[in-house]
Amino acid sequence: MKGLKKKIDSVKPHFEKGGKYSKLHSVFDGFYTFLFTPNETSKSGVHIHDSNDSKRTMITVVIALLPCVLFGMWNIGLQHNLAVGDPDRAFFRMFFYGFFAVLPQILTAYIVGLGIEFIVAQIRGHEIQEGFLVSGILIPMICPVDTPCWMLAVSVAFAVIFAKEVFGGTGYNFLNIALVTRAFLFFAYPSKMSGDNVFVSLGNQHAVDGYSGATPLGQLASATGGDAQVLNVVGDPLSFTDMFFGFYPGSWGETSTFCILLGLGILLITGIASWKIIFSAVFGGFFMGVVAHHFANELYPVTYLLPWEQLSLGGFAFAVTFMATDPVTACRTEWGKYIYGFLVGAIAILIRCYNTGYPEGAMLAVLLMNCFAPLIDYIVVNANINRRMKRMVPND
Amino acid sequence: MSNKIKIKRGLDIPMSGAPSTAVTEDRTTEIYGIYPDDFPGPIWKAAVKVDDKVKAGDALLSDKATGKISLVAPVSGTIKEINRGERRHINYISIQKEAGTENIQEITLPKTAEEIIELLQRSGLWAMMRQRPFDIVPDSKETPRDIFVTAFDSSPLAGEILTKEDEPWLEKGLEILKKLTPGKVYLSKRYGSNLESKVAEVYEIEGPHPAGNTGPQIAAIKPVNKGETVWTMDARTVVRIGKLCMNGEADYSTLVAVTGPEIDNPHLVKTIVGASIKGILYGLIKDFQGKRIISGNVLTGIKTDKDGFLHYPYRQITVISEGDDADEFMGWASMNPEKYSVKRNFPAFLRGLSKPFNFDARIKGGKRAMILSGEYDKVFPFDIYPEYLLKAIMANDIDRMEKLGIYEVAPEDFALPEFVDTSKQELQKTVREGLDNLRKELS
Repeated sequence: MKGLKKKIDSVKPHFEKGGKYSKLHSVFDGFYTFLFTPNETSKSGVHIHDSNDSKRTMITVVIALLPCVLFGMWNIGLQHNLAVGDPDRAFFRMFFYGFFAVLPQILTAYIVGLGIEFIVAQIRGHEIQEGFLVSGILIPMICPVDTPCWMLAVSVAFAVIFAKEVFGGTGYNFLNIALVTRAFLFFAYPSKMSGDNVFVSLGNQHAVDGYSGATPLGQLASATGGDAQVLNVVGDPLSFTDMFFGFYPGSWGETSTFCILLGLGILLITGIASWKIIFSAVFGGFFMGVVAHHFANELYPVTYLLPWEQLSLGGFAFAVTFMATDPVTACRTEWGKYIYGFLVGAIAILIRCYNTGYPEGAMLAVLLMNCFAPLIDYIVVNANINRRMKRMVPND
Repeated sequence: MSNKIKIKRGLDIPMSGAPSTAVTEDRTTEIYGIYPDDFPGPIWKAAVKVDDKVKAGDALLSDKATGKISLVAPVSGTIKEINRGERRHINYISIQKEAGTENIQEITLPKTAEEIIELLQRSGLWAMMRQRPFDIVPDSKETPRDIFVTAFDSSPLAGEILTKEDEPWLEKGLEILKKLTPGKVYLSKRYGSNLESKVAEVYEIEGPHPAGNTGPQIAAIKPVNKGETVWTMDARTVVRIGKLCMNGEADYSTLVAVTGPEIDNPHLVKTIVGASIKGILYGLIKDFQGKRIISGNVLTGIKTDKDGFLHYPYRQITVISEGDDADEFMGWASMNPEKYSVKRNFPAFLRGLSKPFNFDARIKGGKRAMILSGEYDKVFPFDIYPEYLLKAIMANDIDRMEKLGIYEVAPEDFALPEFVDTSKQELQKTVREGLDNLRKELS
């Protein structure tokens, strides 16, 4: 590695101020610090530092996402084979079918998002920040597999510019970037983002008779009467095991609660995500699920789902694990995290049950609570201020 | 029966190079130096010229406002250098030691509070005390609500502050302090210590660092409110006060823990305040190349070099490697088990985080906006929201700083948050600037 380092060091002056490529300084610097950890030493304050930095933190989240990514790709292949009546269940053929189906989306998200980050970093003269490493993989995962790349590109550009860079970049955004992208897609191109035809990749092949590509929540949202049953793509009923392991169509990264739990384990063991948010969100979702089930009503078929089915279906588990815990947009005070988490969980199930226009409420619940997080923090911090004021001895 | 306090939020950084308590050696050096910047608050004016002869206890610098508070020569000798920086700011005054260091000044034992204060200010011991708010040398116009004394140091690799022989003098010093406050004198001791006092209210503090820092102790015992002033100091200063006011003996000796992964045989050295680094480290370190010499501990100490001197509070030297010769390839993916983190995303947590690590001075990452939340709170044992206080300081919002509790904190209280900070921000510097701005606004 010494040789590589020397080589890169030798071209470094071209990228400094006044060099011929000084316009690419931030990009060069970004790649340089990516390859070689800067050996800068502390100038003021503490002389030693914890080894964890923002790059390592982001990479840890990406690793936690991997089980969902890999399962999601395989599941795309599985749903495709089911839908077109292909009896082939070879693991790698299904996996690579899914891999090549989503690769363009992943590349689009990263190229557009990082491209904008690079440009903005150069304009501002900042270091390139790694926040988008996580957003870039999250975005395709919460979109239907057949989302056209150009739509994705437009939405990513919108989210990165208007939800992040205008506020100052990574660490200053108040809305979760991945969810803003998803919301933009959802509201700008509703016909392409919902319904029965985007969640299963057919790949120019004809579907078998009796095929329906609707997601379980989509089926329920459009069902009438109280006896609606959740079916898979070829019309067989879905068991709780299917729901838990994620053998059903949906936004491809978020169907498997099992893989999400693996990721959650990584986030909690490493201490990157807040267990307080996750605990209270699951509690909130379960609580709302129990309430909804207790008052189950034919007008709102989703309310017939059992509380644990609610937690396993759709984007709930994924949103709670990877979106609600985004530290920048969640509550930052410890008490606030309990309140924030509970409301995310409860509102997600509330929207899902009682607003039949939206089959899934997790996205909107997290975005809504992102907006309220500063208010919750404000109240918690003010309680601390009041405590301090009360302690003061009145002047005599 | 002493009162017990358990501090839960904190961190004992597992660092190699802890001093053995068995070995103690005496070391005197040729040259001694005093840094006025170690004593924030007053503006210091030189009271001597180069080549002046001084005796131990003579003023080297005095404060501009009253002229009564002095920083004194710890030894007798000749003024060697008055080192000045930008705008004739005095960096340090150094003394070439001559003859004995025994105290030559005549001291009449003080009786009243005024006499005590006058003597403390003249003898340089006043400057070794601190006041909160602002963490500065106490303002003599203010009477302290209470006085807080800490008898132990919990910071990384720190040695003991007191020896058994010091204990009678500690009690005498506490008696003197009792005369200076209408409130109480509090003495905090390490959990399990059998230190006792009849004069002071003794608190036994259990828990990880910063249990030995005065800030969390005050917060747990009786927090500082707006408009109140308390004094803080370590037990060594109280011992010196006891000797001075009860025996007329000005004692500038100090016990220094020479520590850190780069020291061959970490142990305690008995020397004098302001001793030269080269003199103390002679024979204890192979060479100075690529080493960072810190006067103090790794969290709050001051970076110095072989030509420097011991800085206030004159208790510790830590030597670590700079580490800037490493070219770490893709460090963010590193599986090196020697990398310590409180987050468990490094394999080190599998081998156990309590075994000592060799730390170096690298920051190990780029500076970012605050991203992760709750990091600071875990090592910050106050009823304060550190993140919000820091943001108020950065925004220079005086009203909000006051409301969020700036009067209770000192920069050292933000040392552990700065260590664990994923965003690698300079928190202690921010807090020092905030306190200075606040003091300027209020004066």
